[in-house]
Amino acid sequence: MSTEDITIEKTADLKISPENELHTCAMADSHEDEYTLVYEKPHTLLEVNMHYCPGCAHSLVHKLIMEAVEELNIQEDTIGVAPVGCAVFAYHYMNIDMQEAAHGRATAVATGIKRLLPDKYVFTYQGDGDLAAIGMAETIHAINRGENIMIVFINNAVYGMTSGQMAPTSLVGMKTTTSPFGRDPAVYGYPIKVSELIAQLPGAFYVSRHTVNKNTSVRKAKKAIINALNYQKLNKGTCFVEIIGNCPSNWKMTPIEANNFIDEVMVKTFPLGDIKLPKPEDLIPINQNGDK
Amino acid sequence: METKLMKGNEALAEAAIQAGCDAYFGYPITPQSEVLEYLAREIPKYNTKEHIRVVLQAESEIASINMVYGAAGAGFRAMTSSSSPGISLMQEGISYIAGAELPCLIVNVNRAGPGLGTIQPGQGDYFQATKGGGHGDYKLIVLAPSSVQEMADFVFLGFDLADKYRNPVMILSDGAIGQMMEKVTFGNYTAHKTDKPWATTGKPPTRDRNYITSLHIQPEKLELSNLKLVEKYKEITKNEIRFEEVMTEDAEYIFVAYGLSARICHKAAIIARERGIKAGMFRPITLFPYPYKRLNELAEKVKLMLTVELNAGQMVEDVRLAVNGKVPVEFYGRLGGMIPTPEEIVTKLENLISYKNVN
Repeated sequence: MSTEDITIEKTADLKISPENELHTCAMADSHEDEYTLVYEKPHTLLEVNMHYCPGCAHSLVHKLIMEAVEELNIQEDTIGVAPVGCAVFAYHYMNIDMQEAAHGRATAVATGIKRLLPDKYVFTYQGDGDLAAIGMAETIHAINRGENIMIVFINNAVYGMTSGQMAPTSLVGMKTTTSPFGRDPAVYGYPIKVSELIAQLPGAFYVSRHTVNKNTSVRKAKKAIINALNYQKLNKGTCFVEIIGNCPSNWKMTPIEANNFIDEVMVKTFPLGDIKLPKPEDLIPINQNGDK
Repeated sequence: METKLMKGNEALAEAAIQAGCDAYFGYPITPQSEVLEYLAREIPKYNTKEHIRVVLQAESEIASINMVYGAAGAGFRAMTSSSSPGISLMQEGISYIAGAELPCLIVNVNRAGPGLGTIQPGQGDYFQATKGGGHGDYKLIVLAPSSVQEMADFVFLGFDLADKYRNPVMILSDGAIGQMMEKVTFGNYTAHKTDKPWATTGKPPTRDRNYITSLHIQPEKLELSNLKLVEKYKEITKNEIRFEEVMTEDAEYIFVAYGLSARICHKAAIIARERGIKAGMFRPITLFPYPYKRLNELAEKVKLMLTVELNAGQMVEDVRLAVNGKVPVEFYGRLGGMIPTPEEIVTKLENLISYKNVN
C-alpha cells in the first residue's frame, strides 16, 4: 500500500542525509544531491523488522499511532498497553514505554496506569479475541468507568496469532479452523458489534470505526486516532477506535483480495464511520499541536 | 507511637496507608471486605494534589490484580486483597506479575474451601501460596501473620521486601486474624522506597523505552529469565527467613504451626507444660522462604513434631522435608472452617506420646 497520501501535511523541505535516506519512500526531485523529502517513517517507530504477515493491518495501524504520537509531540507522555494476540510484540516496534498485559486484561492494566498517572496519554491496542471474548468484562467496565484512555480495537473477525480460529466478531457463515462449515448463529450466535455495544455507555466519549484498506480510509483512521489521543486531555471518558483489520493469512486471501473483502463483505456487518461523537459543549478548545 | 483497638483487616488497611501505598484495587469478598471499605473511607483524606492515592473497586478480582500490574509497572506501591476464591481468580495475574518482576502486595484472608466453601477461617491455601498457585516457575514471598499487630507490621515489611526484590509479596492471613480485634501499635515507619528506573512513566529522550513483560518467545531467552528468577529466590532464601520459637530450648515435643493455628498451639504448649509435657512451639513467619534449616536443627533434640493446620495437611509436607526422617512428624488438622481448641491439640499430643510409649 502506498503511504504518500496519508502524510500530505508532513511534506517538508528536508534535506536527505545518510541517516534518513532509508526512511525515504518518495522523492519529488531526481537531482543527485538535493531531494525533497515528502515522507519518512515516524521516529517513534523502532528500526526493526515487524513480524506481521504481508498485507496485515497491524503494521500500518502501529505506524498510524506512532505518527500521531510524533505529530502531537507526546512520545514522552504516552504509555501503551500491548495485548495477547498478533500484536503481542507491539512494544518491540513502538518507541514508547509500554506494558504487556495478560490476554484480555489490557484495559484493567491501562486503568492501573492511567489512575496513577492521570496526566499521561494511555492507550491499549487489542484484537477481537482479546477485547471482545476473554476481555469483554474488563472492556465494558473500563469504558463504563469512563477511563480516560484510548482503546484501539483491531477487528479482523478471526484469531490471528493462534492461526485462524473463530472470533466473537467472525461473520455469519465465515469459515474458520474452528467453524469449518461456517459460523452458525444457532450454535455460536452472531458477531458482536462492540462499537455499537459500548457506545451505549455514558463512559464512552468517542467511538469511531474505520479500516485501513485504502489510502482514503487510512487517512480517516489516523484522524480518528489523533482525535482519540487529543480527547484524553479533556478527561471526559474513553475513546474507542475500531479498525476493521485485514488478515490475508487467515482469511486465505491475497492482500488485495483481503482489502476488497473488507469493502465488499465486512462493512455490511461492521458499518464504518463515527458511532458516537462528543457533544459540542464537551469540547473545549484543544491545541492541535498537542502542547499541554 | 499510637495504640489502637482494631480489626485485623482494618489494621492492615491502616498500615497500607502509613506504608505509602499509592494504589489499592479490590473486589468485595468475605471475610476481608473491611480492607476495601476502610481504604475507600480513609485514603481520600490523605490525597494531595502532589500525591494522588487511588482506591478503586474493580469489577472482579481478575481486573483488580491486572490493575495492580499496571500501577506497579508504572512504579507505584500497589496492592490488592481478597479471600480464597478471589485469590484463585488472581492466579493468572500473579503469575504475570512474578514473571514481569513487579513489586506489589497481595493479601489473602484465607477462608475454608474448596469451591465456595465457607466464610470461616481456613489454611487450605498454603500450597497455592507457597508452591506457585499460577502457571510457571515462580515464587511469592509469603508472610503469615498470627496477630492483628502482625497484620499491620507485615504490610510495611511486605512492601519493603517487594520493592527490594522486585517480587510480589503475599500476606497469607485467615478469616479469624482478619476479623478479630486486638491492640495494635503503629510506630514511626519510614518506607524503604527504592528507585524504579524500569517503570513505565513515559519515555524521556534521555533513556531507552521501558517495557514490562513476561514474554520471552525464544526458549534461550526465557531460560535466562527463569534462571534469573531462580537466583533471586535463592537470594531471598538466604536473607529473609523468619520464624518464632516458643519454649523450644528444652522441648521434647514441638508444635509446628503458622497464623491462627500457631496462636492455638502456643496456648496448647502452655497447657501441656502444666501437665508435665515439655512442649514448645515453632512458628514459620515466612512460608516462602521456609525455615527448613532451623526445623532440621530442632529435630536433633526433640522426640516428635506435631504440625497443626486448618486444612487436610499441607505445610506438614514441608516440615517432613525439613526434618528428613530424623523424628516422627505427625499432623492434626481441622477442616471446613472448624477451629481446634488448645485442649483438643494437647489431647492429640498426649495420645501420640502414649501410643509411642506403648509401641
